[in-house]
Amino acid sequence: MGTSARAPSDVGRAAWLFLAPALILIFVFFFLPVLASLVLSVTDFDIYAIANPPTTRFVGLANYTKLFHSPEFWQALRNTFYFAIVGGPLTIAVSLGTALLLNAKLVRFKSFFRTIYFTPFVTTLVAVSIVWRYLYHTRYGVLNYGLAHLGIAPIDWLGNPHWAMPAIILMSVWKNFGYNMLIFIAGLQAIPQDLYDAAEIDGAGPVRRFFAVTLPLLGPTLLFVSVITMIGYFQLFSEPYVMTQGGPLRATTSVVLMMYEEGFRWWRMGYAAAIAFVLFIVILIATLIQFRLQKDYT
Amino acid sequence: MSRTNPRFVAMEGRSTEGDLPRALGGSAGGRGRDSARTRKRITQIVLYTLLIIGALIALMPMLWMLSASFMPTGEASTYPPHLMPSRITFIHYRELFTRLNLGRYLFNSALIAVIVTAVSLVINSLAGYAFAKLRFRGRDRAFRILSLGLVLPVQVAMLPLFLLMKNLHLINTYWGVIIPGMASIFGIFLIRQYALSIPDDMLDAARIDGASELRIYWSVVVPGILPILATLAIWTFLATWNDFMWPLIVLSDEAHYTLPVALANLSGEHVMDTELMMAGSVLTVIPVLSVFLFLQRYYIQGVMAGSVKG
Repeated sequence: MGTSARAPSDVGRAAWLFLAPALILIFVFFFLPVLASLVLSVTDFDIYAIANPPTTRFVGLANYTKLFHSPEFWQALRNTFYFAIVGGPLTIAVSLGTALLLNAKLVRFKSFFRTIYFTPFVTTLVAVSIVWRYLYHTRYGVLNYGLAHLGIAPIDWLGNPHWAMPAIILMSVWKNFGYNMLIFIAGLQAIPQDLYDAAEIDGAGPVRRFFAVTLPLLGPTLLFVSVITMIGYFQLFSEPYVMTQGGPLRATTSVVLMMYEEGFRWWRMGYAAAIAFVLFIVILIATLIQFRLQKDYT
Repeated sequence: MSRTNPRFVAMEGRSTEGDLPRALGGSAGGRGRDSARTRKRITQIVLYTLLIIGALIALMPMLWMLSASFMPTGEASTYPPHLMPSRITFIHYRELFTRLNLGRYLFNSALIAVIVTAVSLVINSLAGYAFAKLRFRGRDRAFRILSLGLVLPVQVAMLPLFLLMKNLHLINTYWGVIIPGMASIFGIFLIRQYALSIPDDMLDAARIDGASELRIYWSVVVPGILPILATLAIWTFLATWNDFMWPLIVLSDEAHYTLPVALANLSGEHVMDTELMMAGSVLTVIPVLSVFLFLQRYYIQGVMAGSVKG
C-alpha cells in the first residue's frame, strides 16, 4: 500500500458517501421488505387490512399450519420440484453438450453459432411464452405437425395435465441453455491442454478423458451453474402465468404463482407471505445440499 | 477459475480447447494419413450437422413468430401449418399501433428501462468501486451482509414492498417500477470484481495531486472500468425490459403498462388472434434483440465475468 496524501478518515467518509445511495436503496426496498415478510407471515393481513391496517391480528404460525394442510400448496410444491429437478439437469445437460460442441477444435464460425444459441436467452419471456403457446397448439401447432411426420399422434401439450409441465420444461430448456453454455465455455477454456495430452499418452479414450479430466476440472463451474439454474427454476412464474394460468387441474401452478394469486388476486397477504417464506427455505436448503454434494465428490 | 482478476477469458481462438473433436475423431497414431484425414472429415461433418440442427431449433420459434406476424388473419390457424405467409400483410402491426395502443407501451418500457439503466449504473459503480478500492471501517462486514442478499429470492420481498409502495403512493407509477431497480447487489459485485484490478498507485497519484475522491472516481475510475460499465448497462437494460412479475404487480392502470404486461394482458383477450399476438411479440422482442446483437461482445463478456467469481 502506498502512502496516500489523504487521511484515512477522509477516505472512509468518501467511501460511505459513495455507498450510501446503494445501501439505502437495497436496505429499504429489499432487506427491509424481506424481514417484513417474515412478520407479515404471522399475521392475518388481508384485503380489509389494506384499507385499515390496525385490524391486522397476530396469528402465530396459523398461516403455516393452514399451508401445510392445504393440498393446493403441496401440489404447487410438487410442481415446482418437478420443474426444477427435471428441468434443471436437462438444461444443464444441453448447455454442457452445446458448450463441448462449440469448444471443439475442428469447428469454425464459433462466435456465429454461439450468438445463435444465446439468442433465446435474451428474448422477452412473456413474448416467447406466447409464441410457444401457439407452437404447442394441438391442431395447428408446428410441433405436433413435425411429430406427425414421425408417426406420433397429436399431443394436447398444454391441455393435458400430464403434458403441461413437460411442455413448460421443454420451452425453458430452449430459453435458458444459452446462458449456462457460455459459462461452461469459459470453464472449458480454463482447463490446461497438457492434461488432455497427458491423458491421451496414458491411453485414455475420449469418453475416459471427459470423465477423468473435463468433468472434475469443471467442478466449480458445474456447482455455480447448478445453483443459479436451480434458484431460478424454483422461482417459476411467468411461463405458467402466460401459457396455462396454472392449469390444467393446477398441474402447472408453481409456488410463486400460488403466492401471487393468494397475495395479489385474493389479497390474503399474510398467508401469501408464509408461502414466500417456505419458498425461501426450500431454495436455501437446496443450495446447501448442492454445496454439500459438490464437496463430497471433489 | 481465479478470483484475482476478472478480466475475461477470451472466447475465440484460444488453443486450450476441449476434447470433443478427439472424442469423435478417434485415437492418435492412426493408420496412415489418409484414414486420419477421412476420419477428421467425418468428425467435422458430424459436428456441423449437430450445430446446424441446434441452430435451427434455437431460431425456429422466433422465425415462425416473425413469419406468422405477416400472415393474413386466420392463416396461422390452418392445417397443415403454413411456415411462410401466402401474402405479406402489415394489418396486425397497424392494428396494434392504432387500436391497441402499443406505441404507448413501447414508450413506457423504453422510458423505464433507460432510466433504470442510467441511474443504476451510477449508483452501482460508486458502491462497487468503494468496496473494491477504498479502505474504511466496516467494509468487510457490510460486504458480507450484502452478499447474503444474493441467496434471497426477490419474490420474498414483493408483498411488503407492495405495501411500502402503496404508502409512498407509488403504486401505478413509473417510479414504482424504477426505484427497486436503481441499485442491485449483482451489479455492485460485478463492478467491484472489475475495479479490484485498478492499480492503487494510480489512485494515490491522483490524491497527491489534490484531486477530490469524487473527481478521482469520475476521471480515473470510470474510464478504467468502462468495459464492465458497458456490460452492466446492457445487462440491466435487457433485464428491466424483460421483467414481468413486479411490473405486473405494481402497474394496474393500462396507461402505465410495460410491453410484457400489456402483451400478457392482450393475450388473454385475443387468444384466437394468433397473427396479432405474434406481431405484438415481435415488437416486444425486437428492441432487446437489436441491443443484444449490436452490443453482444460486452454482454457475453459480462455473463462470463459473472461466472468467474470464486
